[in-house]
Amino acid sequence: MAEVWRHAWRLARKDLLVEFRSRTAIFSAVVFTVLVLLVFNFGRDPTAVAAVDLAPSILWVTFTFAAMLALNRAFQLELENQALEGLLLAPVSRSSIYLGKLIANLVFVATVETVGLPLFALFFNVPLLHVLGSLVAVIALATVGFVAVGTLFSAMTARTRFAELLLPVLLLPFMIPPLIWAVLATAALLAGRPLSEATGWLRLLAAFDIVFVTLAFVLFPATVNE
Amino acid sequence: MNLLKTGRWITGVGLALLAAVYVRAVAFTPVERMQGVAQKIFYLHVPAAIWTETGMVLVGIASIFFLFLKDPRLDRFAEACAEVGLVFGTIVLTTGPIWGKPIWGTWWTWDARLTLTLLLFLMYVGYLLLRGAVTDPGLRARYAAVLGISGMCLVPFVHLSVYMFRTLHPQPIVLKPSAPSLPGAMLATLAFSFLVFTILYVGFVTQRYALSLLREQADQHA
Repeated sequence: MAEVWRHAWRLARKDLLVEFRSRTAIFSAVVFTVLVLLVFNFGRDPTAVAAVDLAPSILWVTFTFAAMLALNRAFQLELENQALEGLLLAPVSRSSIYLGKLIANLVFVATVETVGLPLFALFFNVPLLHVLGSLVAVIALATVGFVAVGTLFSAMTARTRFAELLLPVLLLPFMIPPLIWAVLATAALLAGRPLSEATGWLRLLAAFDIVFVTLAFVLFPATVNE
Repeated sequence: MNLLKTGRWITGVGLALLAAVYVRAVAFTPVERMQGVAQKIFYLHVPAAIWTETGMVLVGIASIFFLFLKDPRLDRFAEACAEVGLVFGTIVLTTGPIWGKPIWGTWWTWDARLTLTLLLFLMYVGYLLLRGAVTDPGLRARYAAVLGISGMCLVPFVHLSVYMFRTLHPQPIVLKPSAPSLPGAMLATLAFSFLVFTILYVGFVTQRYALSLLREQADQHA
């Protein structure tokens, strides 16, 4: 198992390094996030709907779209020059390839979310500081869940026609349960309710994470074995 | 070719019996006191809903066995189950609003159970779209299996969220811990209809299975 983690870390490092050197994808994703927040601002009537009522949905729809962009990229990267074949020939287990991709995707999405969250607070005038710890926990739990499924699916869709379109179609039904719980937990937190009221949702999110990370870890080899 | 004929026969018998279900539901089953005639749709809606959900489980189980055994028959079975599941899901999503309009006063509400059915429907669509997007048969079967298993694992989670929300949808009246609270005549009609929908499901799946087998053979000849 230590071996698997070591290889996974190497792979994640490689992906992140590629990302860090070019910075195009992360930059586009951040700008995209800002733009989605901007669109949301004009998508509501500020005199009729208070920002705090819409805030949880705005936050989660933005993160959903941003995550989708990141996930599409993960395996597209490996298609160039048959890099995926090279990766499969390397003496590392299939599971560590999955873990590596998962870690890289999580770092990528987390970066976008780290930029997106303060901007969201700024644009919509939502005070976050007093619930920041709990909110970060909710975001982390939900993100792990859908990035885990998304990484598995993007390994499949990358090698199909219409990859950019097919991934959201496959992934969104899987994002909806964690999204429902995350929105409810976020709404409870932003309304100033104690964290204990959101623990039910957090437990469900944690259960979802455990089941789908395990499942994706087990199923991933089936998507790449030749 | 024989399998296709068998499938056609089963479907034919199912369709004839479906006419009998209509006759029995309309003419020989008492009208519900509160809902009136609208309640009749229950005899089509519930069996179709049961098979929509069971279909996803069948796809999942067939997919698990496929990944272990690599038997193309299991893949064809999963595909046939998904196609028929999609049709049954369509039946549920059409009969539901038809009942909902007179009883709830609205065609659609974001009720948990409706959301579950819609998600199942979209998962079937996604599953079939993925199959259509992959050209290599071996790859297609493995991808579809991965998605099928994931889909099956998602269903309990959606169920969990279903029971955590207040719901407008009628609660289960037959499959519940206490004894069924449905009058005998209605229960008999429902049971009969469920049997007919089961026959139809088997008939459709057999036909689709046979067709995909034929398609494969044709591809090999070409």
